[in-house]
Amino acid sequence: MTVDAKTSAEVTPKPDMVTLTIDGTQVSVPKGTLIIRAAEMIGTAIPRFCDHPLLDPVGACRQCMVEIPDAGNGRGFPKPQASCTMPVAEGMKVNTQVSSPVAKKAQEGMLELLLINHPLDCPICDKGGECPLQNQSLSHGYGESRYLGRKRTFPKPVNISAQILLDRERCVLCARCTRFSEQISGDPFIALVERGALQQIGTYEQDPYDSYFSGNVVQICPVGALTSAAYRFQSRPFDLVSTTTTCEHCAAGCQLRTDQRHHQVKRRLAGNLPEVNEEWSCDKGRFGFMYGRGDDRVTRPLVRRDGVLQPASWPEAIDVVVHGLRAAAGAVGVQTGGRLTVENAYGYSKFARVVLGTNNIDFRSRPASHEEARFLAANVAGRTVAESVNYADFDSASHVVLVGFEPEDESPIVFLRLRKAVRKNRLQVTTLAPFASRGTAKLNATLVPVAPGGEAAALAGLDGLDSGTVVLLGERVATLPGVLSTATARAAQTGARLAWIPRRAGEVGALEAGCLPGLLPGGRPTTDVRARVDVAAHWGVPTLPGTPGLSGDEQFAALANGSLKAVLIAGVDPYDLADPTTALAGLDNADFVLSIEQRMSAVTERADVVLPASLLEEQAGNFLNWEHRAGRVNNVNRQPVTPMTDLRILAALADAFGADLGFRAAKQAFADLNELGQWDGTRPAATRGGTHVKSEGIALASWRELLDASQGNDFELALRATARPALARLSPVTAERLALGDIVRVSDGTREVLLPLEATDGMVDDVVWVPMNPSRTDRLWAAPGTPVTVSAVFADEGE
Amino acid sequence: MTDLLTPVLSANWGADNSWKLARYEATGGYRAMRKALAMAPTDVISLVKDANLRGRGGAGFPTGMKWSFVPQDNPNPKYLVVNADESEPGTCKDMPLLMASPHTLVEGIIISSFAINSHTAFIYCRGEVLHVIRRLQQAVREAYAAGYLGRNILGTGYDLDIIVHAGAGAYICGEETALLDSLEGRRGQPRLRPPFPAVAGLYASPTVINNVESIASVPSIVANGAAWFQSMGTEKSKGFTLYSLSGHVKRAGQFEAPMGITLRQLIDLAGGIRDGHELKFFTPGGSSTPILTADALDLPLDYEGMAGAGSMLGTKALQVFDETTSIVRTTLRFVEFYKHESCGKCTPCREGSWWLVQMLMKFEAGTAQEGDVDKMLDICDNIGGRSFCALADGAVACLTSAVRHFRPEFELGYHTPAWELFPYEKSALFTVEGDAR
Repeated sequence: MTVDAKTSAEVTPKPDMVTLTIDGTQVSVPKGTLIIRAAEMIGTAIPRFCDHPLLDPVGACRQCMVEIPDAGNGRGFPKPQASCTMPVAEGMKVNTQVSSPVAKKAQEGMLELLLINHPLDCPICDKGGECPLQNQSLSHGYGESRYLGRKRTFPKPVNISAQILLDRERCVLCARCTRFSEQISGDPFIALVERGALQQIGTYEQDPYDSYFSGNVVQICPVGALTSAAYRFQSRPFDLVSTTTTCEHCAAGCQLRTDQRHHQVKRRLAGNLPEVNEEWSCDKGRFGFMYGRGDDRVTRPLVRRDGVLQPASWPEAIDVVVHGLRAAAGAVGVQTGGRLTVENAYGYSKFARVVLGTNNIDFRSRPASHEEARFLAANVAGRTVAESVNYADFDSASHVVLVGFEPEDESPIVFLRLRKAVRKNRLQVTTLAPFASRGTAKLNATLVPVAPGGEAAALAGLDGLDSGTVVLLGERVATLPGVLSTATARAAQTGARLAWIPRRAGEVGALEAGCLPGLLPGGRPTTDVRARVDVAAHWGVPTLPGTPGLSGDEQFAALANGSLKAVLIAGVDPYDLADPTTALAGLDNADFVLSIEQRMSAVTERADVVLPASLLEEQAGNFLNWEHRAGRVNNVNRQPVTPMTDLRILAALADAFGADLGFRAAKQAFADLNELGQWDGTRPAATRGGTHVKSEGIALASWRELLDASQGNDFELALRATARPALARLSPVTAERLALGDIVRVSDGTREVLLPLEATDGMVDDVVWVPMNPSRTDRLWAAPGTPVTVSAVFADEGE
Repeated sequence: MTDLLTPVLSANWGADNSWKLARYEATGGYRAMRKALAMAPTDVISLVKDANLRGRGGAGFPTGMKWSFVPQDNPNPKYLVVNADESEPGTCKDMPLLMASPHTLVEGIIISSFAINSHTAFIYCRGEVLHVIRRLQQAVREAYAAGYLGRNILGTGYDLDIIVHAGAGAYICGEETALLDSLEGRRGQPRLRPPFPAVAGLYASPTVINNVESIASVPSIVANGAAWFQSMGTEKSKGFTLYSLSGHVKRAGQFEAPMGITLRQLIDLAGGIRDGHELKFFTPGGSSTPILTADALDLPLDYEGMAGAGSMLGTKALQVFDETTSIVRTTLRFVEFYKHESCGKCTPCREGSWWLVQMLMKFEAGTAQEGDVDKMLDICDNIGGRSFCALADGAVACLTSAVRHFRPEFELGYHTPAWELFPYEKSALFTVEGDAR
């Protein structure tokens, strides 16, 4: 047969496709597809419990039985088969419950068996109304049970962690939770124990289920066996109003489903976003939504009169702001914090330039540096998701290097995606850190032990970088001199790709919106006249200020010495900064402080006017995650409240100044920013960073753990209770040299913490690691890398 | 009468200190090993294939073919695992063999491991039989001391280690993949197949898992040749095997005979049924094989003969029950065993055995309801062939076959307790105190 080669390539099915017949319907699916999912493609839902597309098949519940009269080799199976474990084969014939009485009876019989020991307590079960067991019993079960015997009972519920409760009677032993904890998060603290009808989920002795991802097991449990302390008995699923939104807690960009009832958020679930979080979320994203519920919420404008903040009307407060900022004209700073949506950040960016006429704007309310600002301008700002490294790149990469970055603590979904690539694609991970943390150990990471500050030298000498390598840089590298410039140089030399992964959800958006002293929106350099003309034309203003402004740290120093008069602050906690003392001094010394805030803080305490800002759940917008991917934030609560979005507040202020911000709703702002687009001119080159000066003594290593005293975790007691215990880590050699006991004192000269000692094998000597924010009051202010003293604490050292 | 017997494995069981190396060697032990080690490994596989030795653990899969499935180009080590987790009710052939002549197995392991190019072999022995484990350990120790195990065995350059592993008391660990999980230190639960153990078994490496009796039969085949082995047995089931008789026979025990002997012949060898009684039913190969009645007394006890009668040869554990026995009570005891031993992994076995036991208890107590027999059969239909492994099939098989043969007796359970119909003391072989009747 002679067929034109081109035509034949078009008509022959791709070699990796398999054609089979399900219930008489032919379907072609990729090779390796399981029957249960091939059936979904023709619209047949085979009932299932243990099957989960993101977990390895187990074939335990036997609910998904189908008949296979022909396995593709002309021979059939004499007995029904589990469709969740068997891949399709060319020419296979499958009869599901739709066309096979045998399959239908097998499925009905299985449901009857699953229910004989089930308590049937749907009316009081959290899962009732959204329960796969309930739903499939109705769709694929007998109407009535023939079981007249005794049901197996267990004491219940059992706390398997402070957050997760287990009801062993409801459990159908599908092993989804145990497979999740083993395969996905790598925290196998729950397992099936005992046998036969007494088989159950168990923990080891008194060890709880210790995982940052524990809430996922509640979500994937196909019955009500696993419930969370946070949501237990809070609502019925059919009374909830669900909204798809994006998580505000970190730069991972997870899609969430937020459920509210009576204008109160009752729970959050992981959304389904295959490109990002797949179907998972971390516990902070899932349970950390109570922070706006406290009595510290700013609910109305406040104006300081006679030294006391007093409620005021919006017009009155705006008048005071205009007066205060005008008086300081030319000497105003703007700080946006890292948690704004891109629209709100864009509002601040434009407000600073157009209304205040300044480039004194910074989103980095954390230790930052000029080296970082230059790196961001050269390598990160003005990029689209297509130009950036993304999650899928982990799956194709051969090597990932972590520098100043602990994925499990600082970007948990990055951790899960890395772990998936390690498990499925044998990705190699290397971490430059003082010790192998629990998170990096779960990535099988190769530890390159470095003391804080030594990262640049280690990176410069690191082997194994090539075009298949991705280097992930955490926000902490800002204060590690030389790391960013070394990374840039090594990337240029080896073809490795760089990605910067900040912690906070709003940082990439704020960067793109131009909330840096040296950057206008879209990565346009402030100093480039063409960039300024671009933006000025778009904004409809004659000129834009051309001199780079002050960074956040510089603003506080300038406020403290009087060269800056006023500051507009949104979402900044002075204690997050490298130098809280100077920040507080600056705020105290400022002529005028405007705070746009959700909750009372150290800034509102010192503010002249406090304007109430909406919570994230009360507004719409977008976050740009670390990949520059836009994640839609939707309005969950349409509750009529006094606070306004930052953007609306800024628009009102602009009006009062007699200027025009040009937009007051997020949608307009987002369109406006996108219309402006990315900078296509020359980008400033990343400059050479400084070098680390090794100081004497013990160097401080530290990062923020996922669950700590962060305000995002406030008012959620069960979540806080699942935090890892605070402790100080030293190498056994250093601990012995310093003659340390069980408790150590770590002091940075001004502040000190007492923590239990954990001598950590393989840790770099002369380094102490402590969590950065174990408690709002008992924490160090020193930045990582600075020398601290570590000493023993003795029991008789009484108060 | 006794000319029906073909003692090969059991030939030396009666000798003094039969379990000791010296005694075993005095009767020709370890000669087959020397012969095999001088052969090419593939020739040993061919020999076992030619002999048509079929697996003695119950399924009857040809042993030589199983060995030939091991992918020799796989870079991982190859393992031989001997399944000595004999736990099926009624089955008692491997334990007596290991008690009396552990070296037969050790020699078989050396030959078999050599054939599949394995340098580490494991014996997974049922944990409850401490005395057997000790005999095995002692035999392995003696073999090491004699230079039959370890490095460079008898100067041939072949290395082999044997590890005796004691199970922790779970019937499911006799299922080969559950056995592997248990051997790796996990909970014994059956694994998903594929991959099959021959490709990715113990520690994800190619693994052959054979029953004790299969491996123990190998030395005699090597010593006497395939034709000798083929000369015994029936058309498709060749060779000799151990039949274990228990229950209402005069002399219970192990009888080594060619494949295809009938139960009538075996009962005669065992001295007949208890005086004044007659056969009611029997299990051909342990409690998981469907029961048969006197109609099957003259059927050949081989793989095909039993399959033809709707049962299975299984482990050739013939439990003989006379007319004093309540079928309801017997079935309840069997199903209780499977309920206790269900690993819990899959729904039908875990929940189904739980349910069936409760129903059977009502039949025994005479409190079952009209229609419960059909209901019970329907539940069996929802369990059998739907479970993850064959354990539930065994649990259901004893029950469905019992109803097939004795349905009226089950229906009496709608009103009359089994103990009234079949006073239990009449069928008992031993009193509670342990006195023989």
